[in-house]
Amino acid sequence: MPWTRHQIAARAARELEDGWYVNLGIGIPTLVASLLPEGIDITLQSENGMLGLGPYPTPDQVDPDLINAGKETITELPGTSYVSSAESFAMVRGGHMDATILGSLEVAENGDMANWIIPGKMVKGMGGAMDLVSGTPRVIVLMDHCARDGSPKFRKTCSLPLTGLNVVDMLITDLAAFKRTNRQGPFHLVELAPDVSLDHLKAKSEAHFTW
Amino acid sequence: MANKRYDSAEAALDGLLFDGMTVAVGGFGLCGLPETLIIALRDSGVRGLTVISNNAGVDDWGLGLLLQTRQIARMISSYVGENKEFERQHLSGEINLEFCPQGTLAERIRAGGAGIPAFYTRTGAGTVVGEGKEERIFNGERFIMETALTADLALVKAWRADDKGNLLYRKTARNFNPVVATCSRMTVAEIEEFVPTGAIPADAVHTPSVYVRRMTHARINEKRVEKLVTRQED
Repeated sequence: MPWTRHQIAARAARELEDGWYVNLGIGIPTLVASLLPEGIDITLQSENGMLGLGPYPTPDQVDPDLINAGKETITELPGTSYVSSAESFAMVRGGHMDATILGSLEVAENGDMANWIIPGKMVKGMGGAMDLVSGTPRVIVLMDHCARDGSPKFRKTCSLPLTGLNVVDMLITDLAAFKRTNRQGPFHLVELAPDVSLDHLKAKSEAHFTW
Repeated sequence: MANKRYDSAEAALDGLLFDGMTVAVGGFGLCGLPETLIIALRDSGVRGLTVISNNAGVDDWGLGLLLQTRQIARMISSYVGENKEFERQHLSGEINLEFCPQGTLAERIRAGGAGIPAFYTRTGAGTVVGEGKEERIFNGERFIMETALTADLALVKAWRADDKGNLLYRKTARNFNPVVATCSRMTVAEIEEFVPTGAIPADAVHTPSVYVRRMTHARINEKRVEKLVTRQED
C-alpha cells in the first residue's frame, strides 16, 4: 500500500535532527512542519525573510505583514528573526541551512531535478527553488513516484528544464525512500512502503538505484 | 534639515518619471507593497516601463494595476503566478519577461546598490538561467556570472520613518524593500507612520537615511492578504 501524503511528510520529518535550520517548500513539504518528532528543535526558514516560522494564526492573530513564502498568513515564535530577501538568500546560498524539503516533477538518477516548468502550462517562475537546491547541503525531494499518466518521475535523465544539477540527496515518494551518501554515488533504497515489492518499485522507476 | 517629506505620492514622484524608465519596486506578493506610489505611478500615465520586482501583483492590485493599463513593457521577476492579465500579455508577446531566481534577484539588486557590477553564483548553473552567461569553476564547482541591477527610480514601503529618512520595516513586509531602497539614486519611500527624528533607535534602523530621497505618507494602506490561512483556537 503506497504511503499517503501525510506519511510521506512524516517519513521526511524523521530525517531532521535536533537544532537544524530547515526550509520547507509548498505542498507535501508544508505538512512536515506539523509532524516534527517530539523533543526535536527545528527552526523553519521562510525565504521571503523569516527565520523561526510559527503555526498558522488563529483568526484574531492574522497579520497581513506576516506571511510565509507561499504567501499564507503565519505567526512568529519567541526567537524569530526577520531579514531582508538578500539576507534570507545569503543564509541559503552561503550553505548555512541544514536541509531543504521540496516537491518536484522529476528527479534523475544523478541527482538532477526539475520542478519549475510544467509542460503545456504558463511558466510562473522558479521563485526561490533554484537558490534553495543549489545552496543547501541536504536536499530532500518529496513527490509521487509516477505522474498521473503512470510514467515514472524518478528517471535516467530529466526531460523537463532543470531546477538544479546534481542537487538531490534524498527522494521520498509514495512507494519508497531513497538516499545517497554523496553526490557522486547512486541512490540507495532505504525503505519500501508497506506491501510494495522491489519488483513493483523497479517497474515504476526508470532510474537506476541500488538496494 | 533637508525636507524629504512630500504631501502626496503625486508630489513625491513629480519630475522623476519618463517613458522607458526602469523602476524597482519592493514587496513580496502583496506584502510590503508601496501601494500608494504604485497607484500614483499608474495615474501618471508613464509608459514603456521596465519593472524590477519579485512578483507582478494580482489582477487588480499591486503591479497588476500597471499591467491593466499596459504601462509595463518589461519585467524582471522570480515568480509571476496569480496574475491572469500578466499571463495573457506574456503569451501574446506584449510584455517581455526575464525570470531570475529569487535569491539571485535579491543579490543583483543588492550588488547594484553596493556598486558591485557582477558576481558569481551556483544558482542556475547548468539550467536555462545560465545559458549565455559567463561560467567559471571555483573549488571544482560551476558558477555563473550574474550582473547587478540598478534603477532610475526605486519605490519602497516602510512601517516607520523619521524626518531624516531612516526607515524601519515591519515583520515580513521587509522582504525586498531594504535592497530595493539601495539600487537607485532616487528612492521614494511611502511610510505608514512618521515618528520624530531620534525615535527610531540608531541601532535599530533598517534602511539608513542616505538611501532615501523622498517620502510620502501611505495614504492607501490596504495590506491585502493573498492567502488567508488560519487554525482553530487551541
